[in-house]
Amino acid sequence: MSMQKSGKKQKQSSGRLALAPYSLWSLLFIVVPLIFIAYYAFTDESFRFTTENITRFFTATSQLTEESGASREVRTYLLIFARSLKLAAISTVICLLLGYPLAYIMARAKERTQKTLITLVMIPMWMNFLIRTYAWMTILQDTGILNGLLELVGLSPAHIIGTETAVIIGMVYDYFPYMILPIYSIMAKMDIRLLEAAKDLGCNGAAVLRRVIFPLSLPGVISGINMVLIPSVSTFYISQKLGNGKFFLIGDAIEGQYIANNLHFAAAIAFILMVVLLLCMALLKYLAARLVYGGESYENNI
Amino acid sequence: MKITSKIYTALIFVFLFAPIAVLLIFSFNETKSLSVFSGFSLKWYKELLGDRSTLESVQNTLILAFSATVVSTVMGTAAAVGLHRLRKKWYRGLINTVTNIPMINPDIITGISMMLVFVFVGRLWGASTSLNFWTMLIAHVTFCLPYVIFQVLPKLRQMDKDLLEAAMDLGCTPMRAFFKVTLPEILPGIITGAIMAFTLSLDDFVISYFTSGNDFQTLPIRIYGMTKKTVTPKMYALATIIFFVTMTLLLLNNIVDDEDSRRKRELKKNTIKQGGNKK
Repeated sequence: MSMQKSGKKQKQSSGRLALAPYSLWSLLFIVVPLIFIAYYAFTDESFRFTTENITRFFTATSQLTEESGASREVRTYLLIFARSLKLAAISTVICLLLGYPLAYIMARAKERTQKTLITLVMIPMWMNFLIRTYAWMTILQDTGILNGLLELVGLSPAHIIGTETAVIIGMVYDYFPYMILPIYSIMAKMDIRLLEAAKDLGCNGAAVLRRVIFPLSLPGVISGINMVLIPSVSTFYISQKLGNGKFFLIGDAIEGQYIANNLHFAAAIAFILMVVLLLCMALLKYLAARLVYGGESYENNI
Repeated sequence: MKITSKIYTALIFVFLFAPIAVLLIFSFNETKSLSVFSGFSLKWYKELLGDRSTLESVQNTLILAFSATVVSTVMGTAAAVGLHRLRKKWYRGLINTVTNIPMINPDIITGISMMLVFVFVGRLWGASTSLNFWTMLIAHVTFCLPYVIFQVLPKLRQMDKDLLEAAMDLGCTPMRAFFKVTLPEILPGIITGAIMAFTLSLDDFVISYFTSGNDFQTLPIRIYGMTKKTVTPKMYALATIIFFVTMTLLLLNNIVDDEDSRRKRELKKNTIKQGGNKK
Protein backbone atom coordinates (compact mmCIF):
# COMPACT_ATOMS: atom_id res chain seq x y z
CA MET A 1 0.00 0.00 0.00
CA SER A 2 2.66 2.48 1.02
CA MET A 3 4.83 1.45 -1.90
CA GLN A 4 2.00 2.07 -4.30
CA LYS A 5 1.46 5.48 -2.80
CA SER A 6 5.08 6.49 -3.14
CA GLY A 7 5.04 5.21 -6.72
CA LYS A 8 2.08 7.45 -7.47
CA LYS A 9 3.79 10.38 -5.87
CA GLN A 10 6.89 9.76 -7.92
CA LYS A 11 4.78 9.62 -11.06
CA GLN A 12 3.15 12.90 -10.08
CA SER A 13 6.42 14.68 -9.43
CA SER A 14 8.03 13.37 -12.61
CA GLY A 15 4.93 14.60 -14.44
CA ARG A 16 5.38 18.03 -12.97
CA LEU A 17 9.03 18.00 -14.00
CA ALA A 18 8.08 17.09 -17.58
CA LEU A 19 5.54 19.89 -17.70
CA ALA A 20 7.81 22.53 -16.17
CA PRO A 21 9.66 23.71 -19.33
CA TYR A 22 6.41 24.13 -21.23
CA SER A 23 4.73 25.92 -18.31
CA LEU A 24 7.55 28.43 -18.24
CA TRP A 25 7.62 28.73 -22.04
CA SER A 26 3.89 29.35 -22.35
CA LEU A 27 4.03 31.92 -19.57
CA LEU A 28 6.91 33.81 -21.21
CA PHE A 29 5.83 33.57 -24.85
CA ILE A 30 2.04 33.28 -24.78
CA VAL A 31 0.78 35.04 -21.63
CA VAL A 32 3.38 37.79 -21.26
CA PRO A 33 3.11 38.88 -24.94
CA LEU A 34 -0.66 39.30 -24.57
CA ILE A 35 -0.10 41.46 -21.50
CA PHE A 36 2.40 43.45 -23.56
CA ILE A 37 -0.25 44.24 -26.18
CA ALA A 38 -2.38 45.85 -23.48
CA TYR A 39 0.69 47.51 -21.95
CA TYR A 40 1.80 49.08 -25.25
CA ALA A 41 -1.78 49.99 -26.18
CA PHE A 42 -2.19 52.08 -23.04
CA THR A 43 1.22 53.75 -22.94
CA ASP A 44 3.05 56.38 -25.00
CA GLU A 45 6.58 56.36 -26.42
CA SER A 46 8.12 56.86 -22.99
CA PHE A 47 5.85 54.19 -21.44
CA ARG A 48 3.65 56.62 -19.52
CA PHE A 49 -0.01 55.69 -19.18
CA THR A 50 -2.25 57.18 -21.87
CA THR A 51 -5.58 56.41 -23.54
CA GLU A 52 -4.59 58.44 -26.58
CA ASN A 53 -3.87 55.40 -28.79
CA ILE A 54 -7.33 54.02 -28.16
CA THR A 55 -9.00 57.40 -28.66
CA ARG A 56 -7.09 57.87 -31.89
CA PHE A 57 -8.56 54.65 -33.24
CA PHE A 58 -12.10 55.90 -32.68
CA THR A 59 -11.66 59.55 -33.66
CA ALA A 60 -9.00 59.83 -36.41
CA THR A 61 -10.57 61.16 -39.61
CA SER A 62 -9.58 61.37 -43.24
CA GLN A 63 -11.04 62.45 -46.59
CA LEU A 64 -12.67 59.75 -48.63
CA THR A 65 -13.09 60.48 -52.34
CA GLU A 66 -16.00 58.65 -53.83
CA GLU A 67 -16.27 57.52 -57.42
CA SER A 68 -18.51 60.45 -58.25
CA GLY A 69 -15.65 62.74 -57.24
CA ALA A 70 -17.37 64.06 -54.15
CA SER A 71 -15.31 63.73 -51.02
CA ARG A 72 -16.48 63.40 -47.46
CA GLU A 73 -14.88 63.14 -44.08
CA VAL A 74 -14.85 59.68 -42.51
CA ARG A 75 -13.59 58.07 -39.33
CA THR A 76 -10.54 56.33 -40.79
CA TYR A 77 -10.09 53.32 -38.55
CA LEU A 78 -13.76 52.74 -37.81
CA LEU A 79 -14.39 52.61 -41.56
CA ILE A 80 -11.50 50.17 -42.06
CA PHE A 81 -12.69 48.00 -39.21
CA ALA A 82 -16.29 47.97 -40.45
CA ARG A 83 -15.06 47.04 -43.94
CA SER A 84 -12.93 44.20 -42.54
CA LEU A 85 -15.87 42.81 -40.58
CA LYS A 86 -18.18 43.13 -43.59
CA LEU A 87 -15.87 41.39 -46.09
CA ALA A 88 -14.93 38.70 -43.59
CA ALA A 89 -18.60 38.07 -42.73
CA ILE A 90 -19.56 37.77 -46.42
CA SER A 91 -16.64 35.39 -47.05
CA THR A 92 -17.57 33.29 -44.04
CA VAL A 93 -21.20 32.99 -45.17
CA ILE A 94 -20.09 31.98 -48.68
CA CYS A 95 -17.68 29.40 -47.24
CA LEU A 96 -20.48 27.98 -45.10
CA LEU A 97 -23.01 27.84 -47.95
CA LEU A 98 -20.49 26.20 -50.31
CA GLY A 99 -18.85 24.02 -47.68
CA TYR A 100 -21.79 22.60 -45.77
CA PRO A 101 -23.20 20.56 -48.68
CA LEU A 102 -19.72 19.37 -49.61
CA ALA A 103 -19.01 18.25 -46.04
CA TYR A 104 -22.32 16.37 -46.09
CA ILE A 105 -21.56 14.70 -49.42
CA MET A 106 -18.09 13.75 -48.18
CA ALA A 107 -19.38 12.27 -44.93
CA ARG A 108 -21.89 10.10 -46.81
CA ALA A 109 -19.38 8.80 -49.36
CA LYS A 110 -17.59 5.43 -49.19
CA GLU A 111 -14.67 5.28 -46.77
CA ARG A 112 -12.00 5.22 -49.47
CA THR A 113 -13.61 8.11 -51.34
CA GLN A 114 -13.81 10.04 -48.08
CA LYS A 115 -10.07 9.71 -47.54
CA THR A 116 -9.27 10.84 -51.08
CA LEU A 117 -11.64 13.80 -50.90
CA ILE A 118 -10.28 14.98 -47.55
CA THR A 119 -6.72 14.85 -48.90
CA LEU A 120 -7.82 16.79 -51.97
CA VAL A 121 -9.41 19.47 -49.77
CA MET A 122 -6.22 19.77 -47.76
CA ILE A 123 -3.73 20.00 -50.62
CA PRO A 124 -4.34 23.68 -51.46
CA MET A 125 -3.97 24.44 -47.75
CA TRP A 126 -0.39 23.32 -47.85
CA MET A 127 0.42 25.68 -50.72
CA ASN A 128 1.99 28.87 -49.46
CA PHE A 129 -0.81 31.37 -48.93
CA LEU A 130 1.09 34.23 -50.55
CA ILE A 131 1.51 32.21 -53.73
CA ARG A 132 -2.13 31.05 -53.71
CA THR A 133 -3.28 34.62 -53.44
CA TYR A 134 -0.87 35.77 -56.09
CA ALA A 135 -2.13 33.08 -58.45
CA TRP A 136 -5.64 34.51 -58.10
CA MET A 137 -4.27 37.91 -58.96
CA THR A 138 -3.00 36.63 -62.29
CA ILE A 139 -6.28 34.81 -62.95
CA LEU A 140 -8.48 37.81 -62.19
CA GLN A 141 -6.37 40.49 -63.86
CA ASP A 142 -8.01 42.50 -66.65
CA THR A 143 -5.69 40.75 -69.10
CA GLY A 144 -5.71 37.52 -67.10
CA ILE A 145 -6.88 34.00 -67.81
CA LEU A 146 -10.47 34.50 -66.68
CA ASN A 147 -11.03 37.31 -69.14
CA GLY A 148 -9.23 35.29 -71.80
CA LEU A 149 -11.71 32.48 -71.25
CA LEU A 150 -14.67 34.87 -71.22
CA GLU A 151 -13.52 36.30 -74.52
CA LEU A 152 -13.15 32.82 -75.97
CA VAL A 153 -16.79 32.01 -75.32
CA GLY A 154 -17.82 35.42 -76.61
CA LEU A 155 -18.64 37.19 -73.36
CA SER A 156 -17.54 40.68 -72.43
CA PRO A 157 -14.57 40.86 -70.07
CA ALA A 158 -15.19 41.40 -66.37
CA HIS A 159 -13.30 43.90 -64.28
CA ILE A 160 -12.75 42.11 -61.00
CA ILE A 161 -9.25 42.89 -59.74
CA GLY A 162 -9.23 45.82 -57.36
CA THR A 163 -12.85 45.34 -56.32
CA GLU A 164 -14.33 44.04 -53.09
CA THR A 165 -15.40 40.94 -55.04
CA ALA A 166 -11.76 40.06 -55.72
CA VAL A 167 -10.90 40.38 -52.03
CA ILE A 168 -13.85 38.13 -51.13
CA ILE A 169 -12.80 35.51 -53.72
CA GLY A 170 -9.32 35.51 -52.21
CA MET A 171 -10.62 35.09 -48.66
CA VAL A 172 -13.06 32.33 -49.62
CA TYR A 173 -10.34 30.49 -51.50
CA ASP A 174 -7.68 30.80 -48.81
CA TYR A 175 -9.85 29.75 -45.86
CA PHE A 176 -12.41 27.39 -47.43
CA PRO A 177 -10.73 24.17 -46.13
CA TYR A 178 -10.98 25.50 -42.57
CA MET A 179 -14.77 25.50 -42.93
CA ILE A 180 -14.99 22.04 -44.50
CA LEU A 181 -12.77 20.10 -42.11
CA PRO A 182 -14.54 20.69 -38.76
CA ILE A 183 -18.03 20.24 -40.25
CA TYR A 184 -16.96 17.09 -42.04
CA SER A 185 -15.36 15.54 -38.97
CA ILE A 186 -18.58 16.02 -36.95
CA MET A 187 -20.78 14.72 -39.76
CA ALA A 188 -18.62 11.65 -40.32
CA LYS A 189 -19.16 10.67 -36.69
CA MET A 190 -22.92 11.27 -36.81
CA ASP A 191 -25.07 8.22 -36.02
CA ILE A 192 -26.85 7.32 -39.22
CA ARG A 193 -29.60 5.56 -37.25
CA LEU A 194 -30.76 8.91 -35.91
CA LEU A 195 -31.50 10.07 -39.45
CA GLU A 196 -33.34 6.84 -40.20
CA ALA A 197 -35.32 7.14 -36.98
CA ALA A 198 -36.35 10.68 -37.91
CA LYS A 199 -37.50 9.47 -41.32
CA ASP A 200 -39.41 6.58 -39.78
CA LEU A 201 -41.13 9.00 -37.45
CA GLY A 202 -42.42 10.95 -40.41
CA CYS A 203 -39.81 13.66 -41.13
CA ASN A 204 -39.35 14.54 -44.79
CA GLY A 205 -35.87 15.29 -46.16
CA ALA A 206 -35.96 18.98 -45.33
CA ALA A 207 -37.18 18.34 -41.81
CA VAL A 208 -34.45 15.77 -41.19
CA LEU A 209 -31.90 18.35 -42.29
CA ARG A 210 -33.37 21.14 -40.16
CA ARG A 211 -34.26 19.20 -37.02
CA VAL A 212 -31.61 16.48 -36.87
CA ILE A 213 -28.58 16.98 -39.11
CA PHE A 214 -28.12 20.70 -38.63
CA PRO A 215 -28.42 20.76 -34.81
CA LEU A 216 -26.03 17.83 -34.52
CA SER A 217 -23.48 19.43 -36.83
CA LEU A 218 -23.66 22.79 -35.08
CA PRO A 219 -20.42 22.48 -33.07
CA GLY A 220 -18.59 21.85 -36.36
CA VAL A 221 -20.33 24.81 -37.98
CA ILE A 222 -19.37 27.07 -35.08
CA SER A 223 -15.72 26.09 -35.16
CA GLY A 224 -15.75 26.37 -38.97
CA ILE A 225 -17.14 29.90 -38.73
CA ASN A 226 -14.50 30.84 -36.15
CA MET A 227 -11.70 29.36 -38.22
CA VAL A 228 -12.72 31.30 -41.34
CA LEU A 229 -13.87 34.52 -39.73
CA ILE A 230 -10.79 35.10 -37.57
CA PRO A 231 -8.09 34.85 -40.25
CA SER A 232 -10.17 36.75 -42.82
CA VAL A 233 -10.89 39.65 -40.45
CA SER A 234 -7.21 39.98 -39.64
CA THR A 235 -5.62 39.28 -43.04
CA PHE A 236 -3.28 41.84 -44.54
CA TYR A 237 -1.98 40.38 -47.76
CA ILE A 238 -5.12 39.47 -49.70
CA SER A 239 -6.44 43.00 -49.61
CA GLN A 240 -3.15 44.46 -50.82
CA LYS A 241 -2.85 42.11 -53.79
CA LEU A 242 -6.43 41.47 -54.90
CA GLY A 243 -7.84 44.81 -53.78
CA ASN A 244 -4.99 46.69 -55.48
CA GLY A 245 -4.43 48.42 -52.15
CA LYS A 246 -7.74 50.22 -52.48
CA PHE A 247 -9.46 48.34 -49.68
CA PHE A 248 -7.41 48.72 -46.58
CA LEU A 249 -8.35 46.22 -43.92
CA ILE A 250 -7.59 46.21 -40.22
CA GLY A 251 -4.62 43.88 -40.76
CA ASP A 252 -3.17 46.37 -43.25
CA ALA A 253 -3.60 49.11 -40.68
CA ILE A 254 -1.66 47.11 -38.07
CA GLU A 255 1.07 46.24 -40.59
CA GLY A 256 1.29 49.87 -41.72
CA GLN A 257 1.80 51.09 -38.16
CA TYR A 258 4.39 48.37 -37.59
CA ILE A 259 6.34 49.43 -40.67
CA ALA A 260 6.13 53.07 -39.60
CA ASN A 261 7.46 51.90 -36.21
CA ASN A 262 4.39 53.21 -34.33
CA LEU A 263 4.39 50.18 -32.08
CA HIS A 264 2.07 51.66 -29.47
CA PHE A 265 -0.66 52.48 -31.95
CA ALA A 266 -0.18 49.11 -33.69
CA ALA A 267 -0.67 47.47 -30.29
CA ALA A 268 -3.81 49.56 -29.70
CA ILE A 269 -5.38 48.40 -32.98
CA ALA A 270 -4.41 44.79 -32.22
CA PHE A 271 -5.89 45.14 -28.72
CA ILE A 272 -9.22 46.42 -30.06
CA LEU A 273 -9.28 43.69 -32.73
CA MET A 274 -8.69 41.04 -30.09
CA VAL A 275 -11.46 42.35 -27.82
CA VAL A 276 -13.96 42.55 -30.70
CA LEU A 277 -13.10 39.03 -31.88
CA LEU A 278 -13.55 37.63 -28.38
CA LEU A 279 -16.96 39.32 -28.18
CA CYS A 280 -17.89 37.94 -31.61
CA MET A 281 -16.96 34.41 -30.57
CA ALA A 282 -18.93 34.67 -27.33
CA LEU A 283 -21.95 36.06 -29.20
CA LEU A 284 -21.76 33.27 -31.76
CA LYS A 285 -21.72 30.63 -29.04
CA TYR A 286 -24.66 32.29 -27.28
CA LEU A 287 -26.70 32.60 -30.49
CA ALA A 288 -26.06 28.98 -31.43
CA ALA A 289 -27.25 27.83 -28.03
CA ARG A 290 -30.31 30.11 -28.25
CA LEU A 291 -31.25 29.12 -31.78
CA VAL A 292 -31.29 25.39 -31.44
CA TYR A 293 -31.60 24.47 -27.82
CA GLY A 294 -33.62 27.36 -26.44
CA GLY A 295 -30.94 28.69 -24.14
CA GLU A 296 -29.12 25.52 -23.12
CA SER A 297 -25.51 25.26 -24.16
CA TYR A 298 -25.19 23.01 -27.19
CA GLU A 299 -22.24 21.27 -25.63
CA ASN A 300 -24.49 19.77 -22.95
CA ASN A 301 -26.54 18.15 -25.64
CA ILE A 302 -23.81 16.27 -27.42
CA MET B 1 -23.03 9.39 -54.76
CA LYS B 2 -25.87 10.94 -56.70
CA ILE B 3 -25.11 12.67 -59.96
CA THR B 4 -25.91 16.16 -58.58
CA SER B 5 -23.53 15.55 -55.67
CA LYS B 6 -20.85 14.46 -58.09
CA ILE B 7 -21.22 17.59 -60.22
CA TYR B 8 -21.23 19.81 -57.13
CA THR B 9 -18.09 18.17 -55.72
CA ALA B 10 -16.35 18.43 -59.09
CA LEU B 11 -17.17 22.16 -59.38
CA ILE B 12 -15.78 22.89 -55.92
CA PHE B 13 -12.58 21.05 -56.74
CA VAL B 14 -12.22 22.97 -59.99
CA PHE B 15 -12.35 26.15 -57.89
CA LEU B 16 -9.84 24.75 -55.37
CA PHE B 17 -7.35 23.56 -57.95
CA ALA B 18 -7.63 26.21 -60.68
CA PRO B 19 -4.98 28.53 -59.18
CA ILE B 20 -2.63 25.61 -58.54
CA ALA B 21 -3.06 24.39 -62.11
CA VAL B 22 -2.30 27.89 -63.36
CA LEU B 23 0.90 27.96 -61.31
CA LEU B 24 2.05 24.57 -62.51
CA ILE B 25 1.35 25.29 -66.16
CA PHE B 26 2.82 28.75 -66.33
CA SER B 27 6.00 27.75 -64.53
CA PHE B 28 6.87 25.96 -67.81
CA ASN B 29 6.00 28.93 -70.00
CA GLU B 30 8.58 30.11 -72.49
CA THR B 31 7.79 33.79 -72.10
CA LYS B 32 7.18 36.06 -69.16
CA SER B 33 3.45 36.20 -69.82
CA LEU B 34 1.24 34.86 -67.07
CA SER B 35 -1.85 34.65 -69.27
CA VAL B 36 -0.74 33.29 -72.66
CA PHE B 37 1.11 30.00 -72.86
CA SER B 38 3.50 30.22 -75.78
CA GLY B 39 5.71 27.17 -75.42
CA PHE B 40 7.32 24.71 -73.07
CA SER B 41 10.60 25.60 -71.43
CA LEU B 42 12.53 24.96 -68.25
CA LYS B 43 14.20 28.34 -68.28
CA TRP B 44 12.46 29.63 -65.12
CA TYR B 45 13.67 26.62 -63.21
CA LYS B 46 17.18 27.30 -64.44
CA GLU B 47 16.90 30.92 -63.42
CA LEU B 48 15.58 29.91 -60.02
CA LEU B 49 18.58 27.67 -59.44
CA GLY B 50 20.84 30.62 -60.20
CA ASP B 51 19.08 32.91 -57.73
CA ARG B 52 21.40 32.99 -54.73
CA SER B 53 19.20 34.82 -52.24
CA THR B 54 16.17 32.66 -52.92
CA LEU B 55 18.22 29.51 -52.45
CA GLU B 56 19.63 30.93 -49.26
CA SER B 57 16.13 31.65 -48.00
CA VAL B 58 15.14 28.06 -48.79
CA GLN B 59 18.07 26.89 -46.71
CA ASN B 60 17.09 29.26 -43.89
CA THR B 61 13.50 28.04 -43.97
CA LEU B 62 14.63 24.43 -43.66
CA ILE B 63 17.05 25.20 -40.82
CA LEU B 64 14.35 27.10 -38.95
CA ALA B 65 11.64 24.49 -39.56
CA PHE B 66 13.94 21.68 -38.50
CA SER B 67 15.05 23.43 -35.29
CA ALA B 68 11.50 24.50 -34.42
CA THR B 69 10.25 20.96 -35.02
CA VAL B 70 12.90 19.35 -32.80
CA VAL B 71 12.40 21.80 -29.93
CA SER B 72 8.59 21.82 -30.08
CA THR B 73 8.32 18.04 -30.46
CA VAL B 74 10.55 17.29 -27.47
CA MET B 75 9.05 19.99 -25.24
CA GLY B 76 5.50 19.30 -26.44
CA THR B 77 5.73 15.55 -25.86
CA ALA B 78 7.15 16.11 -22.37
CA ALA B 79 4.37 18.62 -21.70
CA ALA B 80 1.69 16.19 -22.88
CA VAL B 81 3.07 13.45 -20.62
CA GLY B 82 3.18 15.87 -17.69
CA LEU B 83 -0.30 17.18 -18.45
CA HIS B 84 -1.63 13.63 -18.65
CA ARG B 85 -0.26 12.77 -15.20
CA LEU B 86 -1.36 16.03 -13.62
CA ARG B 87 -4.04 15.56 -10.97
CA LYS B 88 -4.82 19.19 -10.15
CA LYS B 89 -7.86 20.03 -12.24
CA TRP B 90 -7.50 23.82 -12.13
CA TYR B 91 -3.89 23.66 -13.27
CA ARG B 92 -4.76 21.32 -16.12
CA GLY B 93 -7.59 23.62 -17.17
CA LEU B 94 -5.30 26.63 -17.05
CA ILE B 95 -2.59 24.98 -19.18
CA ASN B 96 -5.26 23.82 -21.64
CA THR B 97 -6.66 27.34 -22.02
CA VAL B 98 -3.23 28.90 -22.47
CA THR B 99 -2.29 26.24 -25.03
CA ASN B 100 -5.40 27.05 -27.03
CA ILE B 101 -4.53 30.76 -27.28
CA PRO B 102 -2.03 30.56 -30.19
CA MET B 103 -4.49 28.38 -32.11
CA ILE B 104 -7.46 30.73 -31.68
CA ASN B 105 -5.71 34.10 -31.82
CA PRO B 106 -5.22 35.62 -35.28
CA ASP B 107 -1.63 35.16 -36.47
CA ILE B 108 -1.17 38.88 -36.75
CA ILE B 109 -1.85 39.29 -33.02
CA THR B 110 0.43 36.40 -32.07
CA GLY B 111 3.14 37.94 -34.24
CA ILE B 112 2.71 41.51 -33.00
CA SER B 113 2.52 40.46 -29.36
CA MET B 114 5.77 38.49 -29.46
CA MET B 115 7.48 41.22 -31.45
CA LEU B 116 6.61 43.74 -28.71
CA VAL B 117 8.25 41.54 -26.06
CA PHE B 118 11.36 40.97 -28.19
CA VAL B 119 11.74 44.67 -28.97
CA PHE B 120 11.19 45.61 -25.33
CA VAL B 121 13.75 43.12 -24.02
CA GLY B 122 16.15 44.08 -26.80
CA ARG B 123 15.91 47.70 -25.78
CA LEU B 124 16.61 46.81 -22.13
CA TRP B 125 19.75 45.05 -23.28
CA GLY B 126 20.65 48.00 -25.44
CA ALA B 127 20.73 46.02 -28.70
CA SER B 128 20.11 48.04 -31.85
CA THR B 129 18.26 45.24 -33.65
CA SER B 130 16.48 42.78 -31.44
CA LEU B 131 14.90 40.58 -34.13
CA ASN B 132 16.99 37.70 -35.49
CA PHE B 133 17.06 33.95 -35.98
CA TRP B 134 16.49 33.29 -32.29
CA THR B 135 13.38 35.43 -31.99
CA MET B 136 11.97 33.66 -35.05
CA LEU B 137 12.81 30.28 -33.57
CA ILE B 138 11.04 31.18 -30.31
CA ALA B 139 7.99 32.34 -32.27
CA HIS B 140 7.87 29.20 -34.41
CA VAL B 141 8.31 26.88 -31.44
CA THR B 142 5.48 28.73 -29.68
CA PHE B 143 2.94 28.30 -32.46
CA CYS B 144 3.99 24.69 -33.16
CA LEU B 145 3.76 23.50 -29.54
CA PRO B 146 -0.06 23.35 -29.26
CA TYR B 147 -0.30 21.12 -32.33
CA VAL B 148 2.27 18.67 -30.95
CA ILE B 149 0.59 18.60 -27.51
CA PHE B 150 -2.90 18.04 -28.92
CA GLN B 151 -1.61 15.22 -31.14
CA VAL B 152 0.19 13.40 -28.33
CA LEU B 153 -2.42 13.81 -25.55
CA PRO B 154 -5.12 11.60 -27.11
CA LYS B 155 -2.58 8.83 -27.69
CA LEU B 156 -1.69 8.93 -23.98
CA ARG B 157 -5.38 8.73 -23.07
CA GLN B 158 -5.90 5.73 -25.34
CA MET B 159 -2.98 3.89 -23.76
CA ASP B 160 -3.52 1.00 -21.38
CA LYS B 161 -2.51 2.34 -17.95
CA ASP B 162 -1.69 -1.12 -16.60
CA LEU B 163 1.12 -1.60 -19.14
CA LEU B 164 3.30 1.03 -17.49
CA GLU B 165 2.58 -0.32 -14.01
CA ALA B 166 3.39 -3.84 -15.18
CA ALA B 167 6.73 -2.71 -16.58
CA MET B 168 7.60 -1.05 -13.30
CA ASP B 169 6.45 -4.08 -11.30
CA LEU B 170 8.78 -6.16 -13.41
CA GLY B 171 11.66 -3.96 -12.36
CA CYS B 172 11.83 -1.11 -14.88
CA THR B 173 12.79 2.27 -13.55
CA PRO B 174 10.13 4.90 -14.38
CA MET B 175 12.49 6.40 -16.95
CA ARG B 176 13.10 3.05 -18.64
CA ALA B 177 9.41 2.17 -18.47
CA PHE B 178 8.64 5.43 -20.26
CA PHE B 179 11.09 4.75 -23.10
CA LYS B 180 10.22 1.06 -23.40
CA VAL B 181 6.44 1.20 -22.99
CA THR B 182 4.95 4.69 -23.27
CA LEU B 183 7.07 6.08 -26.07
CA PRO B 184 6.39 3.31 -28.63
CA GLU B 185 2.66 3.60 -27.87
CA ILE B 186 2.45 7.36 -28.43
CA LEU B 187 4.98 7.47 -31.29
CA PRO B 188 2.39 7.85 -34.07
CA GLY B 189 1.03 10.94 -32.28
CA ILE B 190 4.52 12.35 -31.89
CA ILE B 191 5.30 11.79 -35.58
CA THR B 192 2.04 13.37 -36.75
CA GLY B 193 2.69 16.29 -34.39
CA ALA B 194 6.23 16.69 -35.69
CA ILE B 195 5.09 16.64 -39.34
CA MET B 196 2.43 19.22 -38.55
CA ALA B 197 4.97 21.40 -36.76
CA PHE B 198 7.37 21.13 -39.68
CA THR B 199 4.80 22.04 -42.34
CA LEU B 200 3.34 24.88 -40.25
CA SER B 201 6.81 26.30 -39.76
CA LEU B 202 7.67 25.97 -43.47
CA ASP B 203 4.47 27.71 -44.49
CA ASP B 204 4.25 30.46 -41.89
CA PHE B 205 4.40 34.00 -43.18
CA VAL B 206 2.48 36.32 -40.86
CA ILE B 207 4.16 35.48 -37.55
CA SER B 208 7.59 35.28 -39.22
CA TYR B 209 6.99 38.67 -40.81
CA PHE B 210 6.71 40.36 -37.43
CA THR B 211 9.48 38.47 -35.66
CA SER B 212 12.24 38.35 -38.29
CA GLY B 213 15.19 40.64 -38.69
CA ASN B 214 17.04 41.58 -41.85
CA ASP B 215 19.82 39.05 -41.52
CA PHE B 216 17.67 35.92 -41.57
CA GLN B 217 15.07 35.71 -44.32
CA THR B 218 12.82 32.71 -44.80
CA LEU B 219 11.21 31.73 -48.07
CA PRO B 220 7.71 33.13 -47.36
CA ILE B 221 9.29 36.45 -46.44
CA ARG B 222 11.37 36.38 -49.58
CA ILE B 223 8.24 35.61 -51.61
CA TYR B 224 6.50 38.55 -49.95
CA GLY B 225 9.36 40.76 -51.01
CA MET B 226 9.23 39.34 -54.55
CA THR B 227 5.48 39.89 -54.98
CA LYS B 228 5.87 43.53 -54.04
CA LYS B 229 7.50 44.01 -57.44
CA THR B 230 6.33 42.42 -60.68
CA VAL B 231 6.70 38.71 -60.53
CA THR B 232 8.36 36.49 -63.08
CA PRO B 233 7.39 32.83 -63.57
CA LYS B 234 10.53 32.09 -61.56
CA MET B 235 8.31 32.29 -58.51
CA TYR B 236 5.85 29.90 -60.13
CA ALA B 237 8.66 27.41 -60.63
CA LEU B 238 9.40 27.77 -56.95
CA ALA B 239 5.72 27.26 -56.09
CA THR B 240 5.62 24.12 -58.21
CA ILE B 241 8.59 22.68 -56.36
CA ILE B 242 7.07 23.57 -52.98
CA PHE B 243 3.82 21.97 -54.12
CA PHE B 244 5.44 18.65 -54.86
CA VAL B 245 7.50 18.69 -51.66
CA THR B 246 4.44 19.33 -49.48
CA MET B 247 2.47 16.72 -51.43
CA THR B 248 5.16 14.20 -50.54
CA LEU B 249 5.01 15.18 -46.88
CA LEU B 250 1.21 14.89 -46.90
CA LEU B 251 1.38 11.41 -48.44
CA LEU B 252 3.99 10.40 -45.88
CA ASN B 253 1.67 11.58 -43.12
CA ASN B 254 -1.17 9.52 -44.57
CA ILE B 255 1.04 6.44 -44.69
CA VAL B 256 1.95 6.89 -41.00
CA ASP B 257 -1.77 7.27 -40.20
CA ASP B 258 -2.71 4.15 -42.18
CA GLU B 259 0.02 2.14 -40.52
CA ASP B 260 -1.21 3.30 -37.13
CA SER B 261 -4.83 2.33 -37.73
CA ARG B 262 -3.79 -0.99 -39.29
CA ARG B 263 -1.73 -1.78 -36.20
CA LYS B 264 -4.61 -0.88 -33.94
CA ARG B 265 -7.03 -3.10 -35.87
CA GLU B 266 -4.63 -6.01 -35.58
CA LEU B 267 -4.13 -5.38 -31.89
CA LYS B 268 -7.90 -5.43 -31.39
CA LYS B 269 -8.21 -8.67 -33.30
CA ASN B 270 -5.46 -10.26 -31.18
CA THR B 271 -6.96 -9.20 -27.87
CA ILE B 272 -10.35 -10.53 -28.92
CA LYS B 273 -8.74 -13.83 -29.85
CA GLN B 274 -6.95 -14.01 -26.51
CA GLY B 275 -10.18 -13.26 -24.68
CA GLY B 276 -11.78 -16.14 -26.55
CA ASN B 277 -8.97 -18.52 -25.61
CA LYS B 278 -9.48 -17.87 -21.92
CA LYS B 279 -12.98 -19.26 -22.07
